Amino acid sequence: MTPITKRALGLVSAASLIALTAGAAVAQDKRTIAVSIPAATHGWTGGVVYHAEQAEKEVEAAFPNIDVIVKTSPSATAQVSALEDLSAGQELDALVILPFTSEELTGPVEQVKANGTFIAVVDRGLTDPSIQDMYVAGDNIAVGANTAKWMADKLGGEGKIVVLRGIPTVIDDERIKGFTDVMEGTNIEILDIQYANWNQDEAFKLMQDYLAKYPHIDAVWANDDDMLLGVLEAVKQSGRTDIKYALGGNGMKDVVKMVMDESPMTPVSTPYPPSMIKSAIYMVAGQFNGQAPMRGNFKLDAPLITPENADQFWYPDSPF
Amino acid sequence: MTSATTNIAAPEPARRIRWAEMGPFIALALVIVIGTMINSNFLTSTNIANVVTRSAFVAIIAVGATFVISSGCLDLSVGSMMAFVTGIMILAMNRLEPSMGANAILVGAGVGLVVGALCGLLNGLIVTVGKIEPFIATLGTMGIFRALITWMSDGGSIPIDRALREPYRPVYFGNVLGIPLPVVITLVVVLMGAFILYRTKFGRRCAAAGSNAEVARFSGVSVAGVRTTAYVIQGLCVAIAAICYIPRLGAATPTTGQLWELQVITAVVIGGTALRGGKGRIWGSVAGALILEVIANLMVLSNMVSEYLVAAVQGVIIILAMLAHRFIK
Repeated sequence: MTPITKRALGLVSAASLIALTAGAAVAQDKRTIAVSIPAATHGWTGGVVYHAEQAEKEVEAAFPNIDVIVKTSPSATAQVSALEDLSAGQELDALVILPFTSEELTGPVEQVKANGTFIAVVDRGLTDPSIQDMYVAGDNIAVGANTAKWMADKLGGEGKIVVLRGIPTVIDDERIKGFTDVMEGTNIEILDIQYANWNQDEAFKLMQDYLAKYPHIDAVWANDDDMLLGVLEAVKQSGRTDIKYALGGNGMKDVVKMVMDESPMTPVSTPYPPSMIKSAIYMVAGQFNGQAPMRGNFKLDAPLITPENADQFWYPDSPF
Repeated sequence: MTSATTNIAAPEPARRIRWAEMGPFIALALVIVIGTMINSNFLTSTNIANVVTRSAFVAIIAVGATFVISSGCLDLSVGSMMAFVTGIMILAMNRLEPSMGANAILVGAGVGLVVGALCGLLNGLIVTVGKIEPFIATLGTMGIFRALITWMSDGGSIPIDRALREPYRPVYFGNVLGIPLPVVITLVVVLMGAFILYRTKFGRRCAAAGSNAEVARFSGVSVAGVRTTAYVIQGLCVAIAAICYIPRLGAATPTTGQLWELQVITAVVIGGTALRGGKGRIWGSVAGALILEVIANLMVLSNMVSEYLVAAVQGVIIILAMLAHRFIK
């Protein structure tokens, strides 16, 4: 054997060894990521389901060794059962969960973690934060506060406004708190705050009633874009011209479109994107594949959506 | 819900019967008087027009429910059905718009009526041919219709084509001689309903089937036929409500019509129709629908009730109204 062939052989064997070990590593690295989310019962959760399904396709295409399983549940109890079914059937490397309620899901998620599963929690945190390896959420306080700052600024720090709130939950409380805290520092008077359950119809009726009750309203804040659509319809019907601004929040595509088109009454919105589920799934995939460490708390900011940046928040194919 | 060995009401003095029938209207008048005292804005024409117009949906559906309930059945699926019919109508109108223009609204409305009648027929057949308790049968279809609208919209919303919005808008926001169009439509539906229930053979058979199905059967009434027809009427009413509803917000969503079934049943019962069947009061149902909307309106207009307690106060008022009704009798 000439030194050259010797060397060539050595190279080949070394290469095959590397290939073998690498192949073994890939085989070992077959990962399963389970995603448990609420079923699409209204606009926002519809968006969550859409983005989770998109992430499933994209992550599986990018990383053939990762298997993503998306399961939707219509209620908290159904979600607990879904967790049991998911972890009974297979070994889960990671669980990405958007819990219906923090209290009811904390125990069941803890049991999944006991099998060594990486836990990523989205939107609503667990009652015991030590269970979650990763936490991704939007900033509800900022949704309220950023909207309030913009509105206070545009109204010159004084005026009369009305507020529509959603369903009694932590999310709703935080948004209202973020908003009212900022408004307390101004001369703006909040005439009324009532529940409209994040529902277009109820928001329409409530806004009609506000308009009947108060002869002068400078601006309206509906803490969700679904409700904002009802509000706008009621304002349009009344023909009143005193209302300068009607703002929402959440970054619903119809409202982002209004912002893009520079609607005079709704020139801004704030995102609380359902796509945060996608951020979490991508991060978990990174944790397993790119060895990009992803443990910790990630808070997505709620910057103002303006005509200049609206295209970054515009998902025309999403149902939300 | 089927048969009840009810006493055929013994002939009472004419004056007392009148009082019992007047119950819901007295309650409505009372709520309005209280409303006027609470807030001077209550009696403004805009506010009254708003409240009456919005109660149109529940009132129209309640007319159908009066038939179903007086025939001794129940329909829990109306809210979901309303959302489903709305979704189908919008999809049909959007599909037809490019070829037909604004006429798509008329054809779409026709499609809605057919779909509504079929949905009602489905409910009716499950109850009568399938012999399933109406509560369970319509609880099942309630889930089915709700899931279908969620599926059709991907959990988001089904908006109507922009080109159709303007021509369709007057159906909710327009008026005839100053009366909002939905109110006119409600009046027509109520008059037709009252005629059918009080002046036709079918109406009397409805009450007969509800008050005692066995006796009705022996007297030659096809109880199954009467009840199925009542469900079809209910389906048509839901479709008419859907026709008025679409132009209001221009979209169907998975939350459209949520819990309306309970509002409808409450309106019918406040109106004096017996929940166990045998007696229907169409005008009472309309008064019931108005009472519910006026109370909701007053909750916002008054500053006395904490936003957290609104539902509790509404519940108390409804129970009080029913108790008053009982004592007037």
